[in-house]
Amino acid sequence: MSPRAQKWLVTGPPLVYLLLFFAIPTLIMVVASFRYAGDYGGLAPLFGSGDPDELAGLTLESYQRFFGDPIYLELFGKSFVYAGVTTVACLALAYPLALTIARSPKKWRDLLVLLVILPFWSNFLIRVYAWMIILGPQSAFARGFNGLLALFGAGPVPLLFSPIAVLIGLVYVHLPFMVLPLYANLEKHDPALLDAAQDLGARGWARFWRVTFPLSLPGVYAGAALVFIPALGIFAIPDILGGTDSILIGNLIKQQFLDSRDWPFGGTLSIVLTAIAIAAAGLAAWFARRRPQ
Amino acid sequence: MALLEIRDVTRRFGDFVAVDAVSLSIDAGEFFTLLGPSGCGKTTLLRMIAGFDQPDSGRIELDGRDMTGVPPEERNVHTVFQSYALFPHMTVAQNIAFPLRMAGCPAADVAPRVQEALDDVSLVGMDRRFPHELSGGQRQRVALARALVNRPKLLLLDEPLAALDAKLREKMQLELITLQKEIGVTFVYVTHDQEEALALSHRIAVMNKGRVEQLDQPQTIYSAPRSRFVADFIGECNLLDCTVQSSGDATLQLDVDGLGGVRATGPDTAKGRTGQRGTLALRPEKVSIARELTAADCTNRFAGKVFDYLYTGDVTLYIVEVDGGRRLEVMLPNNAVGRSSKFFEPGDAVQVGWRDDAGHFLED
Repeated sequence: MSPRAQKWLVTGPPLVYLLLFFAIPTLIMVVASFRYAGDYGGLAPLFGSGDPDELAGLTLESYQRFFGDPIYLELFGKSFVYAGVTTVACLALAYPLALTIARSPKKWRDLLVLLVILPFWSNFLIRVYAWMIILGPQSAFARGFNGLLALFGAGPVPLLFSPIAVLIGLVYVHLPFMVLPLYANLEKHDPALLDAAQDLGARGWARFWRVTFPLSLPGVYAGAALVFIPALGIFAIPDILGGTDSILIGNLIKQQFLDSRDWPFGGTLSIVLTAIAIAAAGLAAWFARRRPQ
Repeated sequence: MALLEIRDVTRRFGDFVAVDAVSLSIDAGEFFTLLGPSGCGKTTLLRMIAGFDQPDSGRIELDGRDMTGVPPEERNVHTVFQSYALFPHMTVAQNIAFPLRMAGCPAADVAPRVQEALDDVSLVGMDRRFPHELSGGQRQRVALARALVNRPKLLLLDEPLAALDAKLREKMQLELITLQKEIGVTFVYVTHDQEEALALSHRIAVMNKGRVEQLDQPQTIYSAPRSRFVADFIGECNLLDCTVQSSGDATLQLDVDGLGGVRATGPDTAKGRTGQRGTLALRPEKVSIARELTAADCTNRFAGKVFDYLYTGDVTLYIVEVDGGRRLEVMLPNNAVGRSSKFFEPGDAVQVGWRDDAGHFLED
């Protein structure tokens, strides 16, 4: 086989995969975002019949609408804040867990990792609905929480259908995506490095901040990208756990396609979201590469 | 007063006694080696000196201060690890600066001291490299510089040359000796490589099964091993079972199983103990081999024939089967004066012999 053919054999399948599952659907959305909406949903024809009243061909209408009203950019901003808070909360919760698993005896590690991914085996929606019960006003959790607030003189607050519930749901659903890359990274650390740091005079926290944490940054970036990007576009959790004021950009996009039947505007929102997600992933990759491993 | 006192230290792991009532005293400025096979307890002892492990009984004193319960980060002792354990995310300069920063060294002093340390190990100009950009020998030097930069009282080295190839290892051995002499820090060196131990050390403690078998200068360890284990572990050695027949002023008359009468030196305790069983330790390089040996050179002479040989460049190791069936290893330098260029071939009839002070009797 010629080297040229070998090269294609290696790079070909991933290329086809990317083309089929990423490039073509995205391109369809890009084109859709520049078209008119059809009268009964879907898209207006690209080539009109010649009727001057008929909407056909390409237009910037959807983009004008998006950039013309600050409410859409505000919603993007709000989604960014939710995704960002989710990412930080996941990192704070996942790091100690991943570190504990990575430093536990070898025979326990696989079992502990299995426990982390165990929730994936039951349906995502069922797990989110379970949180409705946990956060509901009659639940022990909500009563305990409000009882605690009462001790400080604060009035009872409803947990369910609030931004707090949305955030809890977002963190809960995305936590394993932070734990796994962190664990994969931390597990590979050479324990001799910590011995060396201690030997050279570093106390507990200095060992963590100067050795463990900097070495785990590629894992942190990978986990952050895996949490931030899906959290940015999610709609099911705000739908189920959020109130009327907790809709995020994902809900808006879903509405355009399923309720308002405005495909071009939904496409526009999707394209902007995709562009932002790619930028975020690129930024994470760039940060990760700056660190030699 | 000794810099490091190890008093009756024992360390057990379950039923296994890793270090068994070891007492050692190491002086300031010394190059001290713990030598032994893997599992002999040398690394466990080193880790206890560093503070990573605690003795079950006994104590370790550094500079007269009891080190019990003092964690590694508070001991004025640094370690060069076998894997070097350089921080991969830090440059050479950052690695070397690490102990200075941890010790709260003023920022202005860090850079000049790092440069000084780089100079000590001949790595000037490498300060911005990352460990993965260095060769094995260079990493080794960075590890040394990092461990020495804030002048510890004691430097522990855990098989630091094991990962290097033979040529580089020899070069680094010479550099280690020079470095130790120059900076005057006490080195405690752990190795299983007896040649390395002999080449580097002022004193060697040969360890076996958690105990110190012999503690002496390299020359004494080599020429007068005190036990069969030491004789076997250090260098090549013929170990022959024998019985004491009689003893003279300086030598013992031995009856070697399968060989016969041999005169050899021995410890004073063996004097006059006729019938005492033991081992005759005989270094291959102290045994002569020729077609015909004269009595002037070799008071102990035996006829035999060459069984096989190993040519290793500078020397040839002959395995000679002496009449009676015993096999002896005999080492002959290949550049020996008057030696014919012709090797002895397997099957050749030869004589082997040695002087009375060549063999050394070891009591069982």
